[in-house]
Formats: sequence, C-alpha cells, structure tokens
Amino acid sequence: MSQDLATLLYLGASICFILALKGLSHPETSRRGNILGMVGMGIAILVTLFMLPELNFILIFTGILIGGAVGTVIALRIQMTALPQLVAAFHSLVGLAAVLVAAAAFYNPEAYGIGQAGAIKATSLVEMAIGTAIGAITFTGSIVAFAKLQGLVSGKPVVFYMQHWLNLGLGILTVILIIGLVTGQSGVTFWLIVLVTLALGVLIIIPIGGADMPVVISMLNSYSGWAAAGIGFTLENNLLIITGALVGSSGAILSYIMCKGMNRSFFSVILGGFGGETATAGGAD
Amino acid sequence: GASPLVIGLTVFVLAIFVGYHVVWSVTPALHSPLMGVTNAISSVIIVGALIAAGTGEFGFSEAMGFIAVTLASVNIFGGFIVTYRMLSMFKKKPKAASGGRAN
Repeated sequence: MSQDLATLLYLGASICFILALKGLSHPETSRRGNILGMVGMGIAILVTLFMLPELNFILIFTGILIGGAVGTVIALRIQMTALPQLVAAFHSLVGLAAVLVAAAAFYNPEAYGIGQAGAIKATSLVEMAIGTAIGAITFTGSIVAFAKLQGLVSGKPVVFYMQHWLNLGLGILTVILIIGLVTGQSGVTFWLIVLVTLALGVLIIIPIGGADMPVVISMLNSYSGWAAAGIGFTLENNLLIITGALVGSSGAILSYIMCKGMNRSFFSVILGGFGGETATAGGAD
Repeated sequence: GASPLVIGLTVFVLAIFVGYHVVWSVTPALHSPLMGVTNAISSVIIVGALIAAGTGEFGFSEAMGFIAVTLASVNIFGGFIVTYRMLSMFKKKPKAASGGRAN
C-alpha cells in the first residue's frame, strides 16, 4: 500500500469518526453513529497494519485479542448504574497508552522517522512531551475519578492550603523539564516529566466533588483527545491529529454544556477549590 | 511548501472547529452515549501503539507498544459495546411503554 493511499484511507476513517460524533447527537442517527465509529476504527487499524515494514503478527494480535476480550467481557457484564466509573476507568487506559507510545517513540525514534535516539528533532520532542504530559494527567486523573465514583475514596473535595500554587508550581516545573528534554535529550528528564504529570493528574482531580464527576469525566475525555493529538503531531499522522482534536474539542464542549445544564460555573468545577461553594464545603473538613 | 508542523496545525485547528459544531446541538439524553463513543474513538492512539509494537526485534519499544495495543483494545471493544448498550436502553423505553419487550 502506498503512503498516498494510506493517507487517503486515514481521511476516510477521520470522516467516519466525524459522522459518528454527528450521529450520536440525535436519537434517530445514534446507532448508525456508533457503527460508523467502529468502521472508522477498523479502517485505521487495518491501514496501519498494512503500512508496517515488518509485522510482528503474534505480538500485535495477542495484544488485540487479550485487550478485546477483556474489554468485551467488562462492557457486557457491567451494571448500567456503574457506567460512569467504567468510562472513567477506560479513559485512564487511553492516557496510559499515550504515555507508553511516547516512551516507545523516545527510545526508538527511527521507527517513527523522527530522528535517531539522542538526536530527536526538537519539534518532535516538544510534541511528544506534551502528549506524554497530557496522557499522564489523564491516566491518574481518571483513576481518581474512578475511585471517587466507585466509592473507593470519599467523594468529598480534597482541598488543602496552597493547593493551587502547588499545581501551578508543578505546571511550571513541567514546562522547565520539557525545555530540558529538548536541550539534553535525556531519558531521566523524560521519566521526570512522566512522574510530575502523574502527580499533577491526581492533584487536579482531588479538589473536585463527587457530584461534579460527570463533568470531570467529559473533561478527562477531552484530555485523552489532546494527548492523542500531541502524539499525532510527533508521528506526523493526520488521523491522530484530526481524531484527537475532535475528541478534545467535543469533550470540552460537552463538559461546558453539562455544567450549564446543572447551573454550575464551568471554571469553578474544573478548578475545584476556586468555586465559592466547593471552597466552603472543602474548608469545613 | 509549509513545514509538517504548520500543516499539522492547520488540520488540528480545523478539526477543533468540526468537533465544536458537531457536538454543540447534542440532545441531553445522549450525553452519556456520546461520551462512550468519544472514549472509544480516542483509542485511535492504537495507531501509534501498532507502529511501536510492529517494528521488528523485540525490545523496550516493542514491549511498550504491546502493552499500549492491549490497553487501547480494551478501550475500543469496551467503549463501542458500552455505547451500544446505552443506546439500546435508550431505544427500549418507548417500546416498553407500548407493552413490547425488546431482547
């Protein structure tokens, strides 16, 4: 398969995903939308497999079989009342997958055509680091959301002194580490970015109360999209960029719509402890 | 021509606008299924995982790719099936009211 044909087929998959989201906005077209999503994913996977220079058939199909079986069993057995936490748990997998793909690209850049190990293009490193950071935040953030909804931890907002300054500090530290990664190309810096953003994911979600979790799940969905787009820039893959942007923007819009529906301020929900009532609720603890 | 980064940015910004317009008019009852399907679609990250897993001799990157393929597959199958279940629940209600019993 030529690169041009593959790119055109990726365009077809992107259109399937757009129509899937469009279909899911109206009851009559919702089922067709879901099926179009599956078709798009099928095209994306098949085209990628055909484009691989060498196909590790056993490795790849073992992964798809194990993952597919686990996903199918969980999705069929889950109680409908537990769906919100299930979706949160699923988001964490996308976040972790994004981190792992970035790690693979960092240690084996030749496979992705972005340079040699230790001499990766600066733009690719920045895109990769952003994808990694958002992926790691999505991973731990979704685990906290899952734990709150499942009742493993209290749904009450966890607020402490200087919390937002700590988050801001970690955010700035991440930016500094990304600059360090571009200049030093060091593996240690890469894993430091992962560690700091894993912590940041927990800290961003703990101040948000259980009642606001549906909005948070949609927001984390949006994050997983931005992470995919970041990886898409690294791989110069338009399918990942388009799909990541679609998921990212639609997730953000959906959480805004849900906030408006609940008569809540979008920013006070997302920033947790900043909102008036959340702050007082947390301060009483 | 323009650099790949600029072409990527063009595609990225246009797709953000598409996502915005497509979702803006969603019916409130469909919020959860829409989240389910966007969740499934975000596992398109599997494309990057497949490249990592399929590059030849088994090493660190292939191991990372294998785990990422597995995780993304859980999400793909789980996400679409969960969305399907939510939608069938959604469709059953009017039928149940008229006395019919689906499935």
